[in-house]
Amino acid sequence: MTDPLVTLDNVTVRFDDRPAVDRVNLNVHRGDIITIIGPNGAGKTTLIKALLGLQPITGGKVQRASGLVIGYVPQNLQMEATLPLSVKRFMALSGRSRGECLKALARTGIEHLVNASVHHLSGGEKQRLLLARALARKPDLLVLDEPAQGVDINGQAALYELIRELRDELRCGVIMISHDLHLVMAATDKVICLNQHVCCSGFPADISHDPAFIETFGQSVAESVAVYHHHHNHRHNLHGDVVLGQSSPADSHGDSCNHVHH
Amino acid sequence: MSIIDSLLNDFFWRALIGGLGVALIAGPLGCFVVWRRLAYFGDTLAHSALLGIALSFLISVPLNVGVIITCVVIALVLVAFSKTRTLATDTLLGILAHSALAIGLVTLSFMPDVRVDLTGLLFGDLLAMSRDDLLWIYGGAAVILVLLVTLWQGLLMSTIHEELARVEGFPVERLRLVLMLMFSLVIAVAMKIVGVLLITALLIIPAASARRLARTPEHMVGLAVVFGFVSVSGGLALSWHLDTPAGPSVVVTAFLAFLVTYSTTARTAA
Repeated sequence: MTDPLVTLDNVTVRFDDRPAVDRVNLNVHRGDIITIIGPNGAGKTTLIKALLGLQPITGGKVQRASGLVIGYVPQNLQMEATLPLSVKRFMALSGRSRGECLKALARTGIEHLVNASVHHLSGGEKQRLLLARALARKPDLLVLDEPAQGVDINGQAALYELIRELRDELRCGVIMISHDLHLVMAATDKVICLNQHVCCSGFPADISHDPAFIETFGQSVAESVAVYHHHHNHRHNLHGDVVLGQSSPADSHGDSCNHVHH
Repeated sequence: MSIIDSLLNDFFWRALIGGLGVALIAGPLGCFVVWRRLAYFGDTLAHSALLGIALSFLISVPLNVGVIITCVVIALVLVAFSKTRTLATDTLLGILAHSALAIGLVTLSFMPDVRVDLTGLLFGDLLAMSRDDLLWIYGGAAVILVLLVTLWQGLLMSTIHEELARVEGFPVERLRLVLMLMFSLVIAVAMKIVGVLLITALLIIPAASARRLARTPEHMVGLAVVFGFVSVSGGLALSWHLDTPAGPSVVVTAFLAFLVTYSTTARTAA
């Protein structure tokens, strides 16, 4: 395997003696999509900021590959409304050529907003703009802090799909924070469940059965995530009736519903 | 040469040339004050300029030098203290602003030999502009403009989003320091025009007027400079014809321009 893009070695961040991030070890390689999940106040954003070098760490070591280009999508783009700024100008500040900027905007599907003011974008458009800006830099590592914030449910799935595609096109590593457990479980290679320390990590399918995961998120959440991975042996038509293959739609749901949990 | 000489011999023209020089740098720096929400911060630095003047008399250094050094020190203290977060920033600024002003006034009162025109320091003494003052203004303006042009990209990016700028490799902390230095410099030279109590007005009012019409950051800077020019020349004309105090007249003109801009233009889309 190639050298990791970023290595966190026993990284600890303390605020007033209270550890926000406690001895976390983590490697991000090219091609990885790693998602950090965890309850509020678990130190997810702090960990990401430590990785980026934005947050001074109190213990351990953060090693970034030399010459690493990072594309960062911060949690929100709260911009001072007193600063007049168009999408075009904001993209140009990345220092990349006009062509590259337009291409990146097109890739995230907001090329039609090139002349719009950044102050008039919706939450979803802002996220796509930030992603486009990160993209224009041709990053080795893409770091996203809750990229699907303010994006409706269909948009969220599309956004995660886009992130996967970008990973393949750029051959970059991806590390992100997410709250959308269901989408994460469906779209991620590796999940890290953080609660100050790494309470469990692994592949989505395995992690939902991990006792530490269940303890952190509660039985019902863990089950609902596991349910998401069940194998459907039937589909529903628009009325909610079960459609079993091509057979009669008259079957009632309760009888034929054989959810297989794994 | 003779034309320039005769212009510079006339106190009115000296005042106008000096005022326009200050407006030239107050425009871009005023935009940063507005964008970064530093109005009260600028006020604090300006108030501490009076302390700088008192200290200059005490240790006999040129006034401008004393003011610049005091402002830089106060700025550094502010940055250091605001990181500890034991007090809200506005409380901290209030304490420092008024303490610096009061200490300055008290210190001056201990020096009976020093004759200072307190009203001039507090509200400006535009019409007493000397040739030396002009040198300071245009020297300071040259330094600030060169710094702004060279560091523009980084200054703008760290204003828009500090963390993004840092990840992209801009030296955010150093840029902040340079910005403070430029504020200190502009305060030292603008003090002559509008006085320590009104400097912030000269920084933020033209920038605020410009915001209404601007579509890009650079556009806003250019318009702020124009509004600054209008304020200085209008204020001087007002002062000349109606015999009003020059510094406050400049601020009143700036305010009138602001009112006109806001009442005649629709909200812009940028």
